[in-house]
Amino acid sequence: MKYLLLDYADTSKAPDYTPEQAKAAVQAWLDYVTEAKAAGVLLASEALRPVTDATTVRVRKGKTLTIDGPFAETHEQLGGIFLLDCKDLDEAIAWAAKMPGAKYGSIEVRPVWENPQA
Amino acid sequence: MTAAEQIETTFREAHGRILAALISQLGDFTLAEDALQDALVNALERWEIDGVPRNPAAWLMTVAIHRAIDRLRRAATQERKAAILDSLVRQKEPEMDDSIPDDRLKLMFTCCHPTLALEAQVALTLHTLGGLSTPEIARAFLVPVPTMAQRLARARAKIRNAGIPYRVPPTDLLPERLDALLAVIYLIFNEGYCATAGDTLTRSALCSEAIRLCRLLVDLLPQSAEVHGLLALMLLHDSRREARLNAAGELVVLDEQDRTRWDQARIHEGIAVLKAAFALYDPGPYQVQAAISALHAEAPTAEATDWRQIATLYDTLTTMTPSVVVEVNRAVAMAMAWGAETGLQMLLRLDSRADGFYPYHAARADLLRRTNQSAAAADAYARALALCGNRAERVYLQRQLREMLNLAS
Repeated sequence: MKYLLLDYADTSKAPDYTPEQAKAAVQAWLDYVTEAKAAGVLLASEALRPVTDATTVRVRKGKTLTIDGPFAETHEQLGGIFLLDCKDLDEAIAWAAKMPGAKYGSIEVRPVWENPQA
Repeated sequence: MTAAEQIETTFREAHGRILAALISQLGDFTLAEDALQDALVNALERWEIDGVPRNPAAWLMTVAIHRAIDRLRRAATQERKAAILDSLVRQKEPEMDDSIPDDRLKLMFTCCHPTLALEAQVALTLHTLGGLSTPEIARAFLVPVPTMAQRLARARAKIRNAGIPYRVPPTDLLPERLDALLAVIYLIFNEGYCATAGDTLTRSALCSEAIRLCRLLVDLLPQSAEVHGLLALMLLHDSRREARLNAAGELVVLDEQDRTRWDQARIHEGIAVLKAAFALYDPGPYQVQAAISALHAEAPTAEATDWRQIATLYDTLTTMTPSVVVEVNRAVAMAMAWGAETGLQMLLRLDSRADGFYPYHAARADLLRRTNQSAAAADAYARALALCGNRAERVYLQRQLREMLNLAS
């Protein structure tokens, strides 16, 4: 089954990292991706630029409206996505728990709708 | 026995087992439940005419598989269903032998998967393994039938759509998943035993069902000490069920209970199961609680209770599972072992953490009463009453409050 793992974190305050810590944090993500690739579960992954670079788009009455930033002002923001192919929910949860972001943010595990006609 | 009665009996005894085996074979929770339902309707018609088959459970299993094939054929346009159908048809005629594989452990773990809401875990467990109907479960938990039906439907849908596995968890997950499973069983028992509201009759069925499920779990996981511990705990509590309420439905506290009304068979079994648990050398909180309950059960009179040992066991429990509930009980045990003043001091140290918890105020009130502080005791009984929703306990608290107010005035 395919699962989309959405990594949410509080981006309102930048982490107070030393250069070494920042390097280690990046390395932890790279290691995670390497491990998921090696296990053959990783279908796709992207890290997202912060919400300050985001644009929210809506079409109302035929008119395209754009807003700077995310539509909803929530505490935790989406920081990255991982599309995994797992045996079952337990395996997806295990991969979510391994994600470096799980220690400070939260990971939403969403099964992909595999057969929309069903 | 009429055909209808025979179906009822078979249903109660074998529902979980047939359903668990069907899910294994079909790989689809909802399809298995629907197919079993079809088979039961079929049985009602056929057994009336042909008589009850030699092995009713195997008959139901075979018919359910045929009904599942029928259902799949009707809907075989969907890729997934076609795949199940393909594998079923390629199998030889479903076996008609007497043995249905026992997959109930898988079913239990799936129903109690931590990604389902706790209330859904409870409902699903009672429904699939206990064979309780949706209206029965709705009545027991005081929710409207459509609410319960929706709760069950949503849980089933999540099992399928989110890919919750149907299996006994691997070794690395087993301890935490087993804890969750035991918690569900104990919750079912407590819902029946310490009913926060509602009528007593439906609720005694919940106690029996929790005990039945735990017995099954002991058979399936004979090496788990805590499974034995929970069974022992529930049996020992259950031995006092009759004596806990008087004829008027009021709560009778432990030291005022008529001990001749305690169920000795339950007590003997509970203690034997607890000994079996100890023999596995893997202590845990259910075993400690069962040991406390056993000390009460073994005391011929309230005065003869070994409160010092009980207080020591509560010390152990505090380190295993620290909580306000345990602290309150520990303070009560200390009061009984070393004097009301000692217990009272311990309770006062809990104040802010325990303030919204009625047993805390009830315990405080009882100890204040024992130390002849009637006015303070009355205040504490009033606080407990304001927080307590259980009818039987409220009657007890009201009686105590009146007595304290009389003494204080």
